[in-house]
Amino acid sequence: MTETALDVESTTSRTPVLSARDIVKHFPVHGGGILRRRIGDVHAVCGVSFDLYPNETLGLVGESGCGKSTTARVVLNLQPATAGEVSFEGQNLNTLGRKEMRRLRRSMQIVFQDPYASLDPRIPVNEIVAEPLRIHGLYENGGKERVRELLATVGLRPEHGNRFPHEFSGGQRQRIGVARALALEPKVLVLDEPVSALDVSIQAGVLNLLQDLQSELGLSYLFVSHDLSVVRHVADRIAVMYLGRIVELAPAEELFERPAHPYTQALISAIPVPDPRKERTRQRIVITGDVPSPANPPSGCRFRTRCPKFANELSEGERKLCIDEVPELVDRGQGHPSACHYAETAQLL
Amino acid sequence: MTPTDPAATTGDTVLEVEDLTVQFPTDEGLVEAVRGVSYELRRGEVLGIVGESGSGKSVTSLAVMGLLPKTARVSGSVRFNGTELLESGDKELSRVRGRGISMVFQDPMTSLNPVYTIGDQIAETILVHNDITKQAARKQAVELLETVHIPNPEQRAKAYPHELSGGMRQRVVIAIAMANQPDVIIADEPTTALDVTVQAQILEALRTAQKETGAAMILITHDLGVIAGQADRVMVMYAGKPVEKGTADEVFYTPRMPYTLGLLGSLPRLDIKTDRLTPIAGSPPSVINMPPGCPFSPRCPLAEDICDQEEPPLEPGSNPEHLAACHFSYRVEGHEPTDLFRPVADDPLPAGATEGEVRE
Repeated sequence: MTETALDVESTTSRTPVLSARDIVKHFPVHGGGILRRRIGDVHAVCGVSFDLYPNETLGLVGESGCGKSTTARVVLNLQPATAGEVSFEGQNLNTLGRKEMRRLRRSMQIVFQDPYASLDPRIPVNEIVAEPLRIHGLYENGGKERVRELLATVGLRPEHGNRFPHEFSGGQRQRIGVARALALEPKVLVLDEPVSALDVSIQAGVLNLLQDLQSELGLSYLFVSHDLSVVRHVADRIAVMYLGRIVELAPAEELFERPAHPYTQALISAIPVPDPRKERTRQRIVITGDVPSPANPPSGCRFRTRCPKFANELSEGERKLCIDEVPELVDRGQGHPSACHYAETAQLL
Repeated sequence: MTPTDPAATTGDTVLEVEDLTVQFPTDEGLVEAVRGVSYELRRGEVLGIVGESGSGKSVTSLAVMGLLPKTARVSGSVRFNGTELLESGDKELSRVRGRGISMVFQDPMTSLNPVYTIGDQIAETILVHNDITKQAARKQAVELLETVHIPNPEQRAKAYPHELSGGMRQRVVIAIAMANQPDVIIADEPTTALDVTVQAQILEALRTAQKETGAAMILITHDLGVIAGQADRVMVMYAGKPVEKGTADEVFYTPRMPYTLGLLGSLPRLDIKTDRLTPIAGSPPSVINMPPGCPFSPRCPLAEDICDQEEPPLEPGSNPEHLAACHFSYRVEGHEPTDLFRPVADDPLPAGATEGEVRE
């Protein structure tokens, strides 16, 4: 929301509300035999670090399997990290006990993608929204009023609270999910593809609601999405992920005006825009092939197997660096960090 | 419905759909999935059909192919190269399917048979319609795989669907669709299940297929961006009916129907920084027992009394090729979404207004 929400260096005066440092998450892969021995690991997230500042929206984008949702779950401690550290307002989550963690959950809530699967079909909406209040022992104290207030906040009629989820449309269900997440007055909301399941005309209303709530309540959003257009609209800063790593991190406008990583560039140029003349004349960087398996990621730079720069521009000697060395996420003179040995900005829009 | 399109009478029309309706009787009432769709597809063009879930865009094409379940009540007329398809028996339709009109569905895993190799499946489509040897068909299959840019087509032909990625599978489906040089390819949400970088590849493959075969294409999608880049002409559907028809430029730059304008205003843009979206209030109507009048009127900022009484026909304005179904289309022309729609977040429709009753 604020103009000062730039990269880490320029905002040292502000303290992040949520920090992730070198998060690693591996999932074991088991063999098919009786013993089901562990035969390898899926490297879902590999050394992801970021800060989320108060009243800021950080967009986490990438294609399926890039580890963005896993990152979100690890950040909330819904899944333990294999390695790395997550801290909320300076408190390291890894060292917290069950009880303390539970208290902390009040400050960090999540909204899921599928508004059909994330609401219990057998409980009326009032109860769905009241549940977090009950769990944390806050319902006795004016909980009923609070639920009405929450439903009104998200643009639903409080008198519809005794209806069941199936009586609501997709957009309305997602609003119920948001109301439930807001019940405990969190500081951070993790939004995991919150509008992907909705039609465009419905999606816009939910996005506007999220914007309004942020400015009214001073929330910080970690906005996970595969849709770069949506993320450009809502995010202050954007982290682009590929195969478990952040490949570029920049303020939203800068990312679209001066993308530095070949993957970001390919992604931007692949997304169609609803403007026929622009679409017909746009410069396209088409990348070939599919994302490699995270169970066996390429050495060095993980994007090199599909990288148009690697394939078409680099010399044999230059390529060696891509194969041997993992590029760090640092600023190589483009104004923001990117994880490419040969980062170079391009103008695509 | 009168044939309002002048092009319908010219000789280069391959597919002509007239006043097509599809109804499904259900326990709750009659579902009117398609309520009078007319269009004509010209040789070699790409017609984009865009609409949200439940708008009837998929059901329309399934009806054209005769692929709806027996419970569906279909009426109207579908003429393919002059032959009426709705009156044709299954045997006649089988000759048209795959050879005259072929389809690419959304999910490539379910449109391929998991127990046959992809080479066999492509060869099968060729053998059904052509009197050639198995060996020749296999050879053609490999060539087709090459056309849709599958690396090592020789070896890949021996692979089973599960051994391929989603993008590769969709290429195989496209190869099958183009195998018999059809006149029409219907692609129903062909890239919806895929990631954007793969989507770009598949759209390119579809283009190739269309160029190689000279087929006309119907591209059905909810993604206005995909439509903008691929379609020559666009048909916007809402609640089972086309509400706007025109060239891509006409529909995107000078929409004449409030719904189209609202869709464009709801869309976050990759290329432009937008501060505030202008959503369309409410949700699409249930297509069960629809009330009279314009189905968009409960959500429409321009609605007046007449809109609740009379459903507007699809009519041209000053441009005879650019049709819209709105009593007040002259008040939409030349306006921005923000002129008509309020950028508010509330959802004033009473709960219970459901969306997407019909299988998409």
